[in-house]
Amino acid sequence: MLKVSVAKSFEGFSLDVDFEVPSGVTAIFGPSGSGKTSIIRAVAGLLACDRAEVSLDGDVLSGLPPQKRNMGYVFQDARLFPHMTVHKNLRYGGSHDEDAVIAVLGLGALLERHPASLSGGEKQRVALGRALMSAPKVLLLDEPLSALDGPRKAEVLPYLEALRDQTSIPILYVSHDMGEVARMASRILVIDQGKVALAGDVQDVLADPAAVPFVGLSAAGAILTGRVVGLADDGLSKIETGAGALWVPGAVGRTGSHVRVRIPAQDVILSRSAPKDMSALNVLSVTIAALEYGKGPGVAVALQAGDARLLARVTKRSCEGMKLKQGDEVFAILKATAIAPSDVS
Amino acid sequence: MTDWLGPAEWTALWLSLKVAFWATLASLPFGFAAAYALARGNFFGRQALNVLVHLPLVMPPVVTGYLLLLGFGRSGPLGELFENLFGIIFAFRWTGAALAAAIMGFPLMVRAIRLSLEAIDAGVEEAAATLGASNWRILRTITLPLAWPGILAGAILGFAKGMGEFGATITFVSNIPGETQTLALSIDTLLEIPGGEPLALRLALVSIAIAAVALVTSEVLAQRVSKRRAS
Repeated sequence: MLKVSVAKSFEGFSLDVDFEVPSGVTAIFGPSGSGKTSIIRAVAGLLACDRAEVSLDGDVLSGLPPQKRNMGYVFQDARLFPHMTVHKNLRYGGSHDEDAVIAVLGLGALLERHPASLSGGEKQRVALGRALMSAPKVLLLDEPLSALDGPRKAEVLPYLEALRDQTSIPILYVSHDMGEVARMASRILVIDQGKVALAGDVQDVLADPAAVPFVGLSAAGAILTGRVVGLADDGLSKIETGAGALWVPGAVGRTGSHVRVRIPAQDVILSRSAPKDMSALNVLSVTIAALEYGKGPGVAVALQAGDARLLARVTKRSCEGMKLKQGDEVFAILKATAIAPSDVS
Repeated sequence: MTDWLGPAEWTALWLSLKVAFWATLASLPFGFAAAYALARGNFFGRQALNVLVHLPLVMPPVVTGYLLLLGFGRSGPLGELFENLFGIIFAFRWTGAALAAAIMGFPLMVRAIRLSLEAIDAGVEEAAATLGASNWRILRTITLPLAWPGILAGAILGFAKGMGEFGATITFVSNIPGETQTLALSIDTLLEIPGGEPLALRLALVSIAIAAVALVTSEVLAQRVSKRRAS
């Protein structure tokens, strides 16, 4: 368990957060300039703060220089040593589990190359391997994918997931991309203007309509977990979730494997009656658990679907027209194609 | 070939090489430290250090020489200190010429090293720290190798400047053949005596050649620094 308590005043902005990080991936999510990077720099000892209390399993790390904290740090811009080969870069901090790290991250073919000849995705994989081989007790990932374009991101994400599944140390994952967070993290800290706005299980926080203003309208959306039932001939996969069966495009995983599906709130349509003669494939029977009116024209609607929760965003006008209220039983309609393959993991 | 210059001139040339070599070698650690402090440091007095380092570049060399005489002469406080502690005497010795050359070449040396240090992404050193490397190991394995072309360029510039130093040297240690009469001082002497001009011209050609080679080499090294920055 990593405990963090950090405060620092900047010009026109102050950072003041307190949180605990269990093992597994905890995402630090928030818009640019909210203080996310300052938080993990403080945890690593790279940022001098007014208050920076950091302890790991009871050992106080505050006051130690970064060298003595035993934390692996992966920077947004990789920061490989330009005058060393990939292999020398990897070994700079130690050679803990060398063969396994090289295998998991697919670095075998890159060992004799120099950083200048690597692609962005390859650099980031090397940076990750370098951090891991120093046998860290905590892994700090500072927007490791944000400098990469779409295809490169898709190339590195599976490596990150494999890493997450094979390690038991706490991982702090800074990101402003909810898609990444939903795939990677089990817990989330939502940072807003230097404060922890929300904290908890990713599934709980993302299904909470009160989170919508902090998470952002387009990023809001609950996560369903389910089991892959199979891939149909027409290219759709069937996933059995707590909310009912869901059809999503593409091959999302082996039959029987467990996946997470992020359902963007703005892609959920609500209907009073069971819809017929329409193209949307996924119709779930749900109960309205809560309605959260925002400042704008939208309403966030929390839905209970079996033992799972969903989040929908509809307009105030349709909400009033349909006379939606807490406890109503309605139908939630999800367009299969609204669920991008990157939302399934 | 040896007839091309007279024995006195050969002596002056070798003396110049010796003076410039030791001046460069002895001032390099200080030059690196000053460049590092100026490039990375954020401390009170940084501007004062900057001025102090660059002062010999703009001050009349005769003033620098006079200050050296006051400080490092046999009765000067620093001169006595060095004599008592290390047995090194600067006054009217070749060591004094080396000291003058080192002081005069220092600004050029520091500038080149500083530029190469500023070209290094400090984030890379930060990354090394998170990997557990001590400050000393970071300096040895990251900073020095990356700044190496700039350090070499600075050393070469300092060496070239030391080869040609005149004003501070003649003021501080006078013009003693075989002891403090370096290349530049020798040219000056030759111009004073009748018939010395052809020899003076030859020595002038030698010093031009040394200066040109030094400038080209340091320029090539500086390009390597900026190339590395781009990668």
